[in-house]
Amino acid sequence: MRQLCKGNVAVIKGAMLAGCGAYYGYPITPASEIAEAAALYLPEYGGTFVQAESETASINMVYGASCAGVRVMTASSGPGLSLMQEGISYLAGAELPCVIVDVMRGGPGLGNIAPEQSDYFAMVKGGGHGNYRNLVVAPASVQEMADLTILAFELADKYRNPAIVLTDGFVGQMMEPLDLEFREIVAPEKPWAVKGTGETRKNMVSSIYLESDDLEEHQRRMEAKYIRAQQMETRSEEYCTSDAELVVVGFGIVSRILRSAVDEARKQGIKVGLFRPITLWPFPSQELAETALRAQRVLVVELSNGQMLEDVRLALDGKRPIEFYGRVGGNVPSIEELVAKIEEHVTAAV
Amino acid sequence: MSTHQVMTEKPMVSTDSYQVVHSKSGVFYSEYERKTDLKHQTHYCPGCGHGVIHKLVAEALDDLQVKDHTILVSPVGCSVFAYYYFDVGNVQVAHGRAPAAATGLKRACPDKLVVAYQGDGDLAAIGTAEIVHAANRGEKITVFFVNNAIYGMTGGQMAPTTLVGQRSTTSPWGRRPVNEGFPLHMCEMLASLEAPVYIERVALCDNKNIMRARRAIRKALELQRGGAGFTFVEILSPCPTIWGKDPIEARRWVGEKMVPSFPLNVFRDRKVEIPNNNVPPHKTVAELVEGEGKAGAHVALPHRQHLFHDLGIKIAGFGGQGVLLLGQLLAEMGMREGLEVSWLPSYGPEMRSGSAHCHVCLSKERVGSPLVSRPNVLIAMNEFSLHKFASQVVPGGLIIYSLGHLPEDFSAPQAQVVCIPAAEIADKLGSAKVANVVVMGALLEETECLSPGTAMQVLETKVKNPNLLEMDRKALDAGRVYIDHTVAVGAVTQADGFAQ
Repeated sequence: MRQLCKGNVAVIKGAMLAGCGAYYGYPITPASEIAEAAALYLPEYGGTFVQAESETASINMVYGASCAGVRVMTASSGPGLSLMQEGISYLAGAELPCVIVDVMRGGPGLGNIAPEQSDYFAMVKGGGHGNYRNLVVAPASVQEMADLTILAFELADKYRNPAIVLTDGFVGQMMEPLDLEFREIVAPEKPWAVKGTGETRKNMVSSIYLESDDLEEHQRRMEAKYIRAQQMETRSEEYCTSDAELVVVGFGIVSRILRSAVDEARKQGIKVGLFRPITLWPFPSQELAETALRAQRVLVVELSNGQMLEDVRLALDGKRPIEFYGRVGGNVPSIEELVAKIEEHVTAAV
Repeated sequence: MSTHQVMTEKPMVSTDSYQVVHSKSGVFYSEYERKTDLKHQTHYCPGCGHGVIHKLVAEALDDLQVKDHTILVSPVGCSVFAYYYFDVGNVQVAHGRAPAAATGLKRACPDKLVVAYQGDGDLAAIGTAEIVHAANRGEKITVFFVNNAIYGMTGGQMAPTTLVGQRSTTSPWGRRPVNEGFPLHMCEMLASLEAPVYIERVALCDNKNIMRARRAIRKALELQRGGAGFTFVEILSPCPTIWGKDPIEARRWVGEKMVPSFPLNVFRDRKVEIPNNNVPPHKTVAELVEGEGKAGAHVALPHRQHLFHDLGIKIAGFGGQGVLLLGQLLAEMGMREGLEVSWLPSYGPEMRSGSAHCHVCLSKERVGSPLVSRPNVLIAMNEFSLHKFASQVVPGGLIIYSLGHLPEDFSAPQAQVVCIPAAEIADKLGSAKVANVVVMGALLEETECLSPGTAMQVLETKVKNPNLLEMDRKALDAGRVYIDHTVAVGAVTQADGFAQ
């Protein structure tokens, strides 16, 4: 059923469809509507909502609920995510599934509340201590805020690992039509959970491996599942890339503006196409390489100082020249600005 | 003086009057398989209070027959490995966060016993916020707080409960309040809150007090089993190794030095009546997810022939003028007319009279950028917005200015400009609040981008109060009539698809 919905609210609508049983969170602009929607909706069907005293507490409440096998989530923006990093590392170490939404804003420090994509390193590369990965999906529309939240719950359970929905203030705040239909969720078995029952009494959730060999073995096992995720879970979208000479790469809100810029540039006869990673970890390196190798050059656009850029470089391994254009501070490039950049790079190539 | 000498120098207590029974609670594992070696004994030092407390907790859980219904939350500190010993559901958590994790567990398993076991660094330093707020929410958990006035596992650093003058590796000259403040009294702090049902401080200083501790531990767990609220037992506990004392001296030190600073008391023992006014679950996920969309579905709209392919609208004014709502209404109307739409607000700290604007895209295809940098239509609800955004309007675009006439110094030669004194019109209708709907009427009449019928249908689903809805209807009509009867000001270079 089509409804006009805010991105942040769509997250909770998706979460409900995914069988989310609990939300623990702390308000922060521009993510607060997620907590507000959770507070409004979850108790109505028997779910739990608790406003925690801090993001540190939120993520540890998530930890507790996840131990008990509940599909659980939290959401915040950059400063809150910084506080959660400790808990995310514990969740990853204890192999606990959960969904964490980061509606990115300007940083570092208090920065501002306008959109940035500058938490890429913190979310995609880690941020907490130790060897672990987050599964990261990057919605670019209100529809995807719901759909990719559902996917995040599925991936989190499948890999017993935190999954991050990495988005920004614009996608969180904007409204678009949302199509959702209720379908029954088959709750995954979690024989490892600790539920205070006779059957689960033997279970223990912990990230402690005191002996070096044990911890190494644990990490090897985690590594194996990360490799599996890299083989199975990459997702991306392409637009007008089949004959493209220039491939522009952007995720989230940037990919939307790039899409419009590609349309405009094509009107001028410029052969440009868009590659949009939907999963940021695992990064769709192979897909990107195949697309980029058909073209001559690549332009990466981000609302950051060049963070995803590093993954693009790794994916292309020097085989194509890569240019970067970033806006920061909450400034979002206009279509015209990106068309000009596209023209500049095509002209430079001639 | 060695421990051995101490033991032998003292007269042995006669056991004539009682029998010594060596037994282990059934809530302990028979063998500590999770330990790497010495699986028959704990990792605690001889004389450590943790061993005693573990025994008291295990016996209580056993007696209450809740072994299969208990989840123990192990902290960080010497008791980090509590899960080695207790044959219950076990969870190990980050330093200080046990009350938060216990909250998540208890809310997930409300009829189970959730027990957090924490030391003084864990609970009273790094985890102060978590314990205070779990207590304040009245989480129905039990927290055992083991206070030995020192950091044990990390090798004897100062704790928040270290006594004034007490030496530690990080207060080598003794704790000086001028630098380190005073010992923190958790029971007293928590007793200032309304929600907790039971708070007691006990001490492992002698057998009599150990029996008191036994009763307190049992009572806390029993209360939780009965569904009572937050229960908290602080146990003053010896740490012979770090204190540099033998077990008997250490036990004596608890009574002589710690008890005067941490008075033993029942700080709270009352049933707290917290009315359960939670509304019981009464909706299905399907209802919640489909929500308003379902309501809108009753309105079957024939897809209009729209004369534009894409239309970018920017609406700007003061907060409180209904700028954002106007944009939402247009987006909703577009969606109902089968278009792809997006609405993007300027968002900022909540405040009235600040500047507000939003972007609306109506398109026959998937909307690319939701950011309207070159609007086809600008609706300027104040002079500031007119000046700020007029130059962005595309050649042949339209500016609707919601005041009677343009400022003298204003010019936008590329666009058609329509002035409408929306606030005055709305005032005459009885509420300045509907000025945004007057402007919508003007927009629909001037551009025919969307149908007034759709506007009313959307307003009908959004406005529940019939009087306000009637006002909106009048405002919409008034805006349209005004345009109908008023000559547009400025250049008239029509964009494709725009009504003359």
